[in-house]
Amino acid sequence: MSHYTELLDGPYAHAARAIGDPECSLLPGGTPMHVPDGFLSTWVALLMWVVAIVAVAYALRRVSRELDERRVPLFGVLAAAIFAGQMLNFSVTGGTSGHLLGAAIACILVGPWAAVLAITCVVGTQALLFQDGGLLALGANIVNMALIGVSVSHAVYTSLRRLAGDKRWGTLVASFAAGWASIVVASLACALELAVSGTSPANVAVPAMGGIHMLIGIGEGLITVGAVALLYAARPDLMGADKSKAVENKGILVGGLVLAIVLAVLSPLASSHPDGLEWVAEQRGFLDFARESPYRLIPDYAFPGVSNEAIATIAAGIVGLLIVFGIAMAVAASRRRRGSAQSL
Amino acid sequence: MHSNSLDLYCAGASFWHRLDSRVKLIITLAYVLSVSLMPVGAWPAYVLLAGFVFSVAVASELGLWMLVRRALLALPFALAALPLLVTTPGPVILNISVGKWLLPLTYAGLERFLSVAFKSWLSVQMAVLLTATTCLPDLLVALRALHLPGLLVTSVGLMWRYLFVLVDEAMRMLRARESRSAAGKGRSGGSVVWRARVTGNMAGSVFLRGYERSERIYSAMLARGYDGTIRSLPVEPVPAAQRWVAALAIGVLLVLLVLGQWM
Repeated sequence: MSHYTELLDGPYAHAARAIGDPECSLLPGGTPMHVPDGFLSTWVALLMWVVAIVAVAYALRRVSRELDERRVPLFGVLAAAIFAGQMLNFSVTGGTSGHLLGAAIACILVGPWAAVLAITCVVGTQALLFQDGGLLALGANIVNMALIGVSVSHAVYTSLRRLAGDKRWGTLVASFAAGWASIVVASLACALELAVSGTSPANVAVPAMGGIHMLIGIGEGLITVGAVALLYAARPDLMGADKSKAVENKGILVGGLVLAIVLAVLSPLASSHPDGLEWVAEQRGFLDFARESPYRLIPDYAFPGVSNEAIATIAAGIVGLLIVFGIAMAVAASRRRRGSAQSL
Repeated sequence: MHSNSLDLYCAGASFWHRLDSRVKLIITLAYVLSVSLMPVGAWPAYVLLAGFVFSVAVASELGLWMLVRRALLALPFALAALPLLVTTPGPVILNISVGKWLLPLTYAGLERFLSVAFKSWLSVQMAVLLTATTCLPDLLVALRALHLPGLLVTSVGLMWRYLFVLVDEAMRMLRARESRSAAGKGRSGGSVVWRARVTGNMAGSVFLRGYERSERIYSAMLARGYDGTIRSLPVEPVPAAQRWVAALAIGVLLVLLVLGQWM
């Protein structure tokens, strides 16, 4: 009948699901991060569009200034490779599978600005052609996945790699951390957007999104490590080339770190004080009907799990940060030891 | 047949198919924006908006069933809005006990949840109608008419062009992996970390092939006289009759918006 039935039943059914089917995106291996239309309030969606347009315009300017025109087909083909890379899955357990998102690997391969453009192409095409994510919500999806995902992974990758002194295993540790952090921080941003829109209360959305993505992020990190290990073996010239880039991109490095820290601190805070976000939403008239009820039947302490969940998020965030910093410290210490051994 | 079955475009010659892609894109964006601007619980307005999208569906001759089914695929995201059911203050309909918690289901919460889910469903249907009736080159013309930066539009075009090539490569790799690895029922070999690393190596080689292919593509473009601009046939302006169609659709949506605020 239509192409669509072919798509669901044909030999590429699982491919179709991996690319275009949002149902798959809610499975533990996928990403519940492509926000469809209707879930963000109009003013949040439009604000995110403004941020996305400014960021992408800036990335376009930087790219056309820094890269030679040899790179013209690069964004498109790289975006297609990310699409194809997302179809490669591995079974985790019990029928669930993990696959790649690609912000970290794109950033490692071609540098942050080109990666922002490539991921923007991917996210835009997913929304426009596969309805994976909404059109009005596209701005928010670009901000979460392209802008936040890439800048956070760039910041984490460059700083950890520099700490490790450009050793192979340091690069691998840095790529794991970059993959993990890009997913988790982007999901926190997504949860905050939903919370400000009044679609999902912060004390539920932040722990749920953050928790799921701390697990998904491990898969992303492992795949990124595998990909980087292969690139390191096959084309070491590509992996070494961004040493010079790292110096030029100090702005996005600092920006990514600031974004990561602000979101990691802000979202547990928002989750333990959801009233702050609700107040914002109320100011904009989106909770009018909530005011209509003359009395509040559900006081905030009616949910015994909520405060625990907020504490759990903060604890999980602290543990995650400690792990990352622990690795960084260990790396730095061993490097110092080696350095002194060499100088003797 | 290869991965071109990923292309969701359904060829046709209906009224909606023949509309200029720029008109279709503008109507789609206006529709999604008006759905988003509708207040919570304006059910009469929602029904009218559903009527709008169903009329477009009839004008596209695609079949309502296919449209409804495809649009339902976006609904699982509604999970994110599920907590609204029990966290919105208001008169309680029914208390659901989950373990030791007592979750009060409120009328206001139910209305908000259904509004979010319904609005999302409507928006997805309109987007499906745009994708299913517009082929990518036309869509690129429309994006360019919206003054998207040329490099971005070119990249989307190139991505679409090479997506199928690279997806086919990824499928070949998956097939090779499947034919070389044994697996029991419900069990896979090796540890999860090992499987993830193998998948990562495969992803890395897809990236590498993409990277090297992009260099070859650039050489081929140079060989054909590429000088920094991509040329295409001149795009004709939107015919006057179609401008009226766009104006009419946007007028209808404006009226619906006013009705929705008032109801």
